[in-house]
Amino acid sequence: MLPLPAFEWVSPGSLDELVRALGESPGESLLLAGGTDLLPNMKHGLFAPRRVIGLRRVRELRGIAETPAGGLVIGGGAPLDRVATDPRVMARYPALARAAGLVASPQIRRMGTIGGNLCLETRCVYYNQTAFWRGALGGCLKKDGPTCFVVPQGRRCVAAMSADTPAPLIAYGASVELVSVRGTRTLPVAKLFAGDGVKNNVRAADEVLTKVELPPPAERLFSAYEKVRSRAAIDFPLLSIAAAAVLDAGGHVVELTVVVGALGALPRVVRGLEITRAAPLSREAIDLVAEAAHTQCNPLSSLGAEDWRKDIVAPVVRRALAGLAPSRIAG
Amino acid sequence: MTPEPHPGSTALVPLALVVNGDAVRVAVPAERTLLELLRYDLGLTGSKQGCDKGDCGACTVLLDGEPVLACITLAVDADGRGVETVESLAKGQKLHPVQTAVVNHGAAQCGFCTPGMLMSAKHLLDGSRTPTREDVKQALSGNLCRCTGYTKILDAVEAAAREMAEARGGD
Repeated sequence: MLPLPAFEWVSPGSLDELVRALGESPGESLLLAGGTDLLPNMKHGLFAPRRVIGLRRVRELRGIAETPAGGLVIGGGAPLDRVATDPRVMARYPALARAAGLVASPQIRRMGTIGGNLCLETRCVYYNQTAFWRGALGGCLKKDGPTCFVVPQGRRCVAAMSADTPAPLIAYGASVELVSVRGTRTLPVAKLFAGDGVKNNVRAADEVLTKVELPPPAERLFSAYEKVRSRAAIDFPLLSIAAAAVLDAGGHVVELTVVVGALGALPRVVRGLEITRAAPLSREAIDLVAEAAHTQCNPLSSLGAEDWRKDIVAPVVRRALAGLAPSRIAG
Repeated sequence: MTPEPHPGSTALVPLALVVNGDAVRVAVPAERTLLELLRYDLGLTGSKQGCDKGDCGACTVLLDGEPVLACITLAVDADGRGVETVESLAKGQKLHPVQTAVVNHGAAQCGFCTPGMLMSAKHLLDGSRTPTREDVKQALSGNLCRCTGYTKILDAVEAAAREMAEARGGD
């Protein structure tokens, strides 16, 4: 049995109430959406907040709506299962629908939310353990100790961004809205993340992620998401790759973005892909992209199996680019 | 047996929910999980406490008709909602078709994963009259079994689907 530590429960009925409740005790409160990340972590003794603020009754967070320009706004509290099966998400942003549909298990996709997935705690084999297990080693950089067991001389935690939805959202150029009593700010999903595994996002303690906005898909936008994990269900990714390509009428690359997750604290946007522009996405071009990704991506022992994870970066990038699916605005 | 209250437990939170069709009013500490409420406060020990951290699916119950993991659902978050556990499947002495199929196919060995498997299967069979094998695999993909190798469980759920279709008279 893994009992939860005691806390005070607050269940606001509106966004206004939520933001005020969060503003009252920001350093002492944690938000609970689906609970599929927070509650296991609390059971492991990783968090012991004085107050837990439940988001389920905040209806403003749950919707999925179209923007006038043809994009979508997804509420931070929209369940992953809804994101995965919404016909508009499936038609316009197929890599996002696929990523959301590959999270964990059917039960967890019904409970967990897209906002929770974006704010998922980073993961590491030395961190996601019971207090008893961690105590045997004396604690790590992320929790209770001075040492990193992944990078022995390291001074910065390298626990991995292990969520599925950030990579496709970055590839699509999505943004998020953060709301607090101090005001509202919008930033690109890529800027939500910070390179520190202890806390890999810039959301302040008094802010709530209220919505994710996806720009209207470009004409001839093609995208894909690939996930590698030990089992075909339940597990977090050992490697995740999202790709989005805009082609012109002649099939030449206008813009190509490849984002890799489950490396360190940051989702990595592969650099130097301008070399593919104005040419078809041929076998040779795909090999160049795969080689660039392989050179730039270094999986760490934070998730284990770092040797073969490095070896499969290039093949998985090739698989993603071979499986690009078109975005359709209708539907 | 009710576990010891956690040190520093805060005031009890009153809840009203419907469990297997019965209205339940109860007061619990905020940190009580739905699984603990079912097992230790209401005596419904069918839902199993396996990993107790959201990995194994042995605690799967239906919350407002949807399969969720009761070990990582707070009881207070089930306030005002409907819960169905494995105890709701049989009607008196009459087993649900998926229970009968599990017995007939030898799909339960140690039996610990069975209540969660049954609830995931029930949700599938409620929503789909003619699930494919792939549909069954998907629906049960959040439930781990260490004994069977899954084949007999999948066979049982497929057989239950056929049985239920025949009972409806092929409509």
